[in-house]
Amino acid sequence: MLTLTCPCCGVTAEETELAPGGEAHLKRFGPGASEAEFEAYMFARANTKGVVFERWRHAYGCGKWFLAARSSVTLEVFGTYPAQTSAPPADLIAAIKARVPGWEGYP
Amino acid sequence: MKRYSVFAVAREAMNWHTGWERAWRSPEPRRRYDVIVVGAGGHGLATAYYLGRNFGITNVAVVEKGWLGGGNTGRNTTIIRSNYLQDPSAALYEKARSLYEGLSQDLNYNVMFSPRGLLMLAQTEHEVRGYKRTVNANLLQGVETRWIGPGEVKALVPIINIDGPRYPILGALYQERGGTARHDAVAWGYARACSAMGMDILQNCEVTAVRQANGAVQGIDTSKGPIDCGKLAIVVAGHSSVLAEMAGFRLPIESMALQALVSEPIKPCIDVVVMANTVHGYISQSDKGELVIGGGTDGFVNYTQRGSWQHIEETVRALIETFPVISRLKMLRQWGGIVDMTGDRSPILSKTPLGNCFVNCGWGTGGFKAIPGSGWAMAELVAKGEPGPLAADFGLDRFREGRFIDESVAAGVAH
Repeated sequence: MLTLTCPCCGVTAEETELAPGGEAHLKRFGPGASEAEFEAYMFARANTKGVVFERWRHAYGCGKWFLAARSSVTLEVFGTYPAQTSAPPADLIAAIKARVPGWEGYP
Repeated sequence: MKRYSVFAVAREAMNWHTGWERAWRSPEPRRRYDVIVVGAGGHGLATAYYLGRNFGITNVAVVEKGWLGGGNTGRNTTIIRSNYLQDPSAALYEKARSLYEGLSQDLNYNVMFSPRGLLMLAQTEHEVRGYKRTVNANLLQGVETRWIGPGEVKALVPIINIDGPRYPILGALYQERGGTARHDAVAWGYARACSAMGMDILQNCEVTAVRQANGAVQGIDTSKGPIDCGKLAIVVAGHSSVLAEMAGFRLPIESMALQALVSEPIKPCIDVVVMANTVHGYISQSDKGELVIGGGTDGFVNYTQRGSWQHIEETVRALIETFPVISRLKMLRQWGGIVDMTGDRSPILSKTPLGNCFVNCGWGTGGFKAIPGSGWAMAELVAKGEPGPLAADFGLDRFREGRFIDESVAAGVAH
């Protein structure tokens, strides 16, 4: 079972205590955005086979949203970090690169 | 290809069954094919088969990274039904169901289609209203379904507990022509028929790159070397996004693990398919006597083909409540498959930004039932370059235009 540590309350929670929220760091385009941009925001997903960044909510705990880096192939969790970030932190990127040789990095 | 028949069995019996030929060839890849279909699962093989049968295009390769029918085709719960709410879905799935009826004769291969009837249980007032609406929609679509009360449910499924403590059975949506088929045989039958038409099925041949120039696909690089193609059809279910990334576009798809399990074999006790969407469980009995049980998907992107314990627990708990008689049954084995989920829970049969590249994906948790219809519609799309009436509403542009074929409510989680 997947276990993630909530960066808000510090509790290490099992998957059943958490609610998945899909791909993280999606860029929402403002008024005046083209249809293609809005379609990309709404529907197009990287759905990567490998390192993924995604949103989770500690639903049966503190209730807060947070972000996690995880492998979609092995379910290995590389780390969690607060939701109030627009890109994965540098130390997490470095940790993933050390763990997954050949990973191209966060786009 | 030698035809299978009672005479063939008699003839081979005289030779101690030493004369049977292999069902399909295992050739080396040629330099170029008119059409390459990536993915030798049910949908990919059916696409190739109907390209040959309906359009006479037989210079076709079906490329598969693993073994034929080893993905979701071999991992589903073999349920066939077409009781969908929306018109485009009902047309597509009903086409598939009707093709299943004659598939064994068509392919000269016994796919063991068993139209044993299918019940979708209504266990809340909301479901009662929803399924009655579906029955009415199906009447208009020409799909034969009807609403039955709890008494008739009990008569059809004697082992069911209709006055369960949490969710009593209030009735069911009944499709008498729904049922099951032998999933492996569907893949094997299509493969044999494709091979007989001269198509090459290339197993253990993983696509590593999609070569392109001037907005069109030129060919693919594979673990068995480069192969050129006139047209490319991507029919790879859970790995659609991986192939799309190679081709340079994104799909509105998230891949998740869906799991199923079977019990130890027991004597016949249930001769229909029962789906309980409120409690997330569906059940049927295989010809070997195992109860085939399916449950829900993991909620996050996942390529593990494994599944998770809490879903087994949820599914089994729900089914024991509905079928108390099976509570002492042992489970034999469990497995997972990677399903490709779209936002509206409807498939994608579409052109792509690359002119001669087509995708067939997004069947999510319910692709097996659609295999013949999906292949039929996809073959038309690939052969003509434009979707026919069956595939017309399932293009990628529906997401941009907001023309969803919303089956997430109609079908619930279970397929």
